Amino acid sequence: MDEFILIFRHQDGNQVASPEQIQIWMKQTMDWIGTISAKNKFVGGNGLHFQEAKTVGHKGIVTNGPFGEIKETIGGYIIVKSDSVQEAVEFAKGSPVLQGEGNTVEVRKLVKGDGVHK
Amino acid sequence: MAQPELIPHLFRTEYRKIVSVLSKRFGFDQVEIAEDIASDTFLTAAQIWGLNGLPPNPVAWLYHVARNKAKNHLQRKSVFENKIAPELKQGITESFESDIDMSPQNINDSQLQMMFAICHPSISSESQIGLSLRILCGFGIEEITDAFLTNRETIYKRLLRAREKLREEKIRIEMPDAAAIESRLENVLTTIYLLFNEGYYSLNQNQTLRKDLCLEAMRLCTMLVENKTTNKPAVNALLSLMCFHASRFEARLDDNGEQVLYEDQDENLWNPELISRGGYFLNCAASGEQVSKYHFEAAIAYWSTQKGDTMEKWENVLHLYDQLLQISWSPIAALHRTFALSKIKGKSAAVAEAEKLNLVDNQFYYLMLGELNKDMDNGKAKESFEKAFLLAKTDAGRKAIQLKIEKL
Repeated sequence: MDEFILIFRHQDGNQVASPEQIQIWMKQTMDWIGTISAKNKFVGGNGLHFQEAKTVGHKGIVTNGPFGEIKETIGGYIIVKSDSVQEAVEFAKGSPVLQGEGNTVEVRKLVKGDGVHK
Repeated sequence: MAQPELIPHLFRTEYRKIVSVLSKRFGFDQVEIAEDIASDTFLTAAQIWGLNGLPPNPVAWLYHVARNKAKNHLQRKSVFENKIAPELKQGITESFESDIDMSPQNINDSQLQMMFAICHPSISSESQIGLSLRILCGFGIEEITDAFLTNRETIYKRLLRAREKLREEKIRIEMPDAAAIESRLENVLTTIYLLFNEGYYSLNQNQTLRKDLCLEAMRLCTMLVENKTTNKPAVNALLSLMCFHASRFEARLDDNGEQVLYEDQDENLWNPELISRGGYFLNCAASGEQVSKYHFEAAIAYWSTQKGDTMEKWENVLHLYDQLLQISWSPIAALHRTFALSKIKGKSAAVAEAEKLNLVDNQFYYLMLGELNKDMDNGKAKESFEKAFLLAKTDAGRKAIQLKIEKL
């Protein structure tokens, strides 16, 4: 079985959300991961902080964050086990991240453990 | 606490603390950036907590993230300003390096100062209350619209103009001098009063949230009582009033969330601690020369905690309403007065008084007429209840009125 990483990409979060809406999103994320875990296909995941973010560029030039604006929303990823990219895509479709217009989930197969590499 | 309510609960209690501390640090002219950072902190919380689970101390987590976001903001601002205005470099560097102070003392001070900054005489009372609901209570435009019974556009423009005005006036987030405290306190109290009412009477069916609003109003008022410069009789009277009302919070709703009428409430569910705290603050309010409408309302609320239909009670209540109406007339208070009047002078006298108010688009007017006519002229009572039914805004309200009609 292969492992796939699902990467959440957020458009600028210039959105106004009520606390109730925020609560719902959090719950949906927990539920979504819950359904993947229930199939024993969840490997791990993490949210990414925007604080203390740096970008290191050519010739070692360091800039702050990947962003220039204060309006940013967090990215994150999860890793799932799956037999095919199609199945991983089906998991990705359930991500609450996609409720935000312009947001995407990128699905990529991990090299490690793909049968060719160790 | 039940997990489904965690974020709305934290939003109610922590949003204004973050906004107050950051605005004090950035200056009032940047209050919108402080609001953005606070909102963004909650969004980040939902995303990270959703993926990684809840942190052991969610409040500390929020403060930490808000502080870092604020530091990032200051740093970016400093870089920008250094490029266009190098001569300012020293001052800016200093401001960027100083930390965001999220200590309990600074949180407390900032909130109090924010209350008074918002209640500045340069903007109208309506704007002050609107802005307070937004900044101090984290209300959305929708909720403020409901509280004022107006439309989104009006509220949106009102808040925008109020912010602009406060910016022009170069308001600082600091405690005003003694004379200014006196004059602004009234608006601060009105805001707290309105917030409490929103929780206590609102159409919102979410019980936990509504209770949060009441508790928040009481918390803000307690902060005023605990501060030497703001511990005035009217502040104590308002806190007393809220304690008395809040004592019936559990008894007002049955297991299905339906309203229980005062007469039918189980006194065992009344909270004796809140009743005694109400009494304590009412005593504290009795010092000094000043008598406010909150004094009379608190005293009326005290009598509501005394069940039983004695002449003494109703004479007192009637007398208090008379005094209240003299210093602050409102149609609703005048309407409630007629109930006490009916206990002293009889139903037909009370009906005559009530009809003079002629509040034809108010469901409570017809409810009161229904009650007063009951057992005297049941035909008229039914007619009134039916009018109230048509004006009622919630299913629970309509159900309660339907029951009254059936019982006639």
